[in-house]
Amino acid sequence: MSLLSARDVHHHYSRTSLFRTRTAVAVLEDVSLELQPGEIVGLLGRSGCGKSTLARLLTGLETPTRGEVLFEGAALSRLDKARRRDFRRRVQMVFQDPQGAVNPRLTVAEIIGEPLIHLTDLPRARHAGRIVKLLKRAGLAAPMAHRYPFELSGGELQRVCIARALASNPSLIVLDEAVSNLDLHLQIQMLDLFALLSREQGVAFLFVTHDLRLVERVCSRVLVMERGRVVENAAVSAPLSLVSSEGRALAEAVLPALPRRLSTAREHLAPERVC
Amino acid sequence: MSHQTLNLVDIAVDAGAIRLVDGVSLTLARGEVVALVGASGSGKSLTCAAALDALPAGTRRQGGQVWLDGAPIAPERLRGRVVASVLQNPRSAFNPVRTLGDHAEETLQALGMEKSCWKERIHRALREAGLDEPQRLLGLYPFEMSGGMLQRAMIALALASEAPFLFADEPTTDLDVIHQREILDLLAGLRERFGLGILLITHDMGVVARLADRVLVMDQGCVQESAPVEAIFRQPRHAVTRALVAAHLSLYPAQEITP
Ligand SMILES: Nc1ncnc2c1ncn2[C@@H]1O[C@H](COP(=O)(O)OP(=O)(O)OP(=O)(O)O)[C@@H](O)[C@H]1O
Ligand SMILES: Nc1ncnc2c1ncn2[C@@H]1O[C@H](COP(=O)(O)OP(=O)(O)OP(=O)(O)O)[C@@H](O)[C@H]1O
Ligand SMILES: [Mg+2]
Ligand SMILES: [Mg+2]
Repeated sequence: MSLLSARDVHHHYSRTSLFRTRTAVAVLEDVSLELQPGEIVGLLGRSGCGKSTLARLLTGLETPTRGEVLFEGAALSRLDKARRRDFRRRVQMVFQDPQGAVNPRLTVAEIIGEPLIHLTDLPRARHAGRIVKLLKRAGLAAPMAHRYPFELSGGELQRVCIARALASNPSLIVLDEAVSNLDLHLQIQMLDLFALLSREQGVAFLFVTHDLRLVERVCSRVLVMERGRVVENAAVSAPLSLVSSEGRALAEAVLPALPRRLSTAREHLAPERVC
Repeated sequence: MSHQTLNLVDIAVDAGAIRLVDGVSLTLARGEVVALVGASGSGKSLTCAAALDALPAGTRRQGGQVWLDGAPIAPERLRGRVVASVLQNPRSAFNPVRTLGDHAEETLQALGMEKSCWKERIHRALREAGLDEPQRLLGLYPFEMSGGMLQRAMIALALASEAPFLFADEPTTDLDVIHQREILDLLAGLRERFGLGILLITHDMGVVARLADRVLVMDQGCVQESAPVEAIFRQPRHAVTRALVAAHLSLYPAQEITP
């Protein structure tokens, strides 16, 4: 059985305009997808195509205008209280905007401690130790626990959010551009951690990203969205080969590896001199 | 406006007794793109904020000066008119209860621009930043816009000021590769046509490769290496630089990177 699935999901936002006419803006149309335990699935698409909206629907933060999201086969809208709590513990999200996702008045330890208090049965006496361990997994030192969000760099706060998402031992983590502020070395370290969790504990990941190079490195499957629809759902091979026109347009725009003057120098080399 | 060079001289930032940025100096000329790279937490954003007198609470500039065309200038006089800036986190740069149009008006008013020019200027800037339908967008609140739309809106507001220099802190992190390419092309075009001088903070060496002329590598609050972009890719000297370049090249197939 799928861990999480979306069935014919549509989503609209309505706006009341200056003249009090309500207009509906369609953001998602006819989205269906399945996520299996232990899978790492990439989600690509242009800015504004609906990735964050889909992520919010899948994690139950918003309810689709039409269609259903199902957790282990049961519709989110019909979960009883106990199953709802189970869902909240087992499906976590790391938001695109880390500043907006944390309470600025809480310390890092309190931020990571919240899911431990509300979603787990871990005895209070063991929280501090667990928090240090979670920080370490995210590449942060223990003293960081006493800082406030405004005392952290962009990438440090992003990793605090990753540590928080790991706190309740979830089965699925939705990562919405969750490594976008990290240097590549840390990005790779985080991706290696996700791969390890997926391999050893069967944790699944939905990895929303714009970096096709990372999708190729870590994902087993990739979804491509275009204007609110999923237009491609494909296994990932190296090199990544996408067939939808949107997927190909994205692949074609990946930045070159080297500065132009170096790569043109290379093109001018005689073939026998290329090693 | 004929400002030609901006110098940050020996910038230092402390939080209490801890030194976070330790004597960073750099020169940015018109028409030049200087990239500031380095690990997360190495002090890139604080360096930039210190130069503009926009440090977060709890941190203090402990020394250093900013020079414009060879004469010292108070950092607060740079902001907006001489240096436009794009912050690392687009959503926190916007007031959640005000529309994009409100923000645009505030920005242009602060620059003392003639009111009759506002609309044309801001529409053009939004379009250039890849945001179609500017009229509709100006009516939106930040929560109604996606992360990448906000990032492009912030870039548009910065460019609308027509300041000769731009400090851009991770300006394309929330953008898909297509919009990223458009923004990088836009910045490259402004450098060519208008001589925009850009201080570019980024963790993406692909962005560095595309746009930068010179690269400064920071580690633990200090600049460890400074070199033209080709040298950074071809002969990185410092261990931190070598690690950054190696990690970057590991994402590309061998035939794309053999020199
Ligand atoms: N609360 C809202 N009210 C109205 N419109 C909204 C709301 N949230 C999102 N939208 C609109 O929905 C569309 C999709 O937004 P979403 O944030 O899902 O995009 P995205 O794919 O995550 O983009 P990005 O890559 O830029 O983060 C956008 O056009 C946005 O303006
Ligand atoms: N108020 C503060 N108190 C103590 N340390 C602070 C404070 N503000 C920032 N720092 C530390 O200063 C260091 C440099 O921060 P800065 O934001 O300049 O990093 P950065 O290079 O921009 O990193 P990133 O790439 O993650 O954005 C970080 O390690 C951060 O934790
Ligand atoms: Mg988004
Ligand atoms: Mg920063």
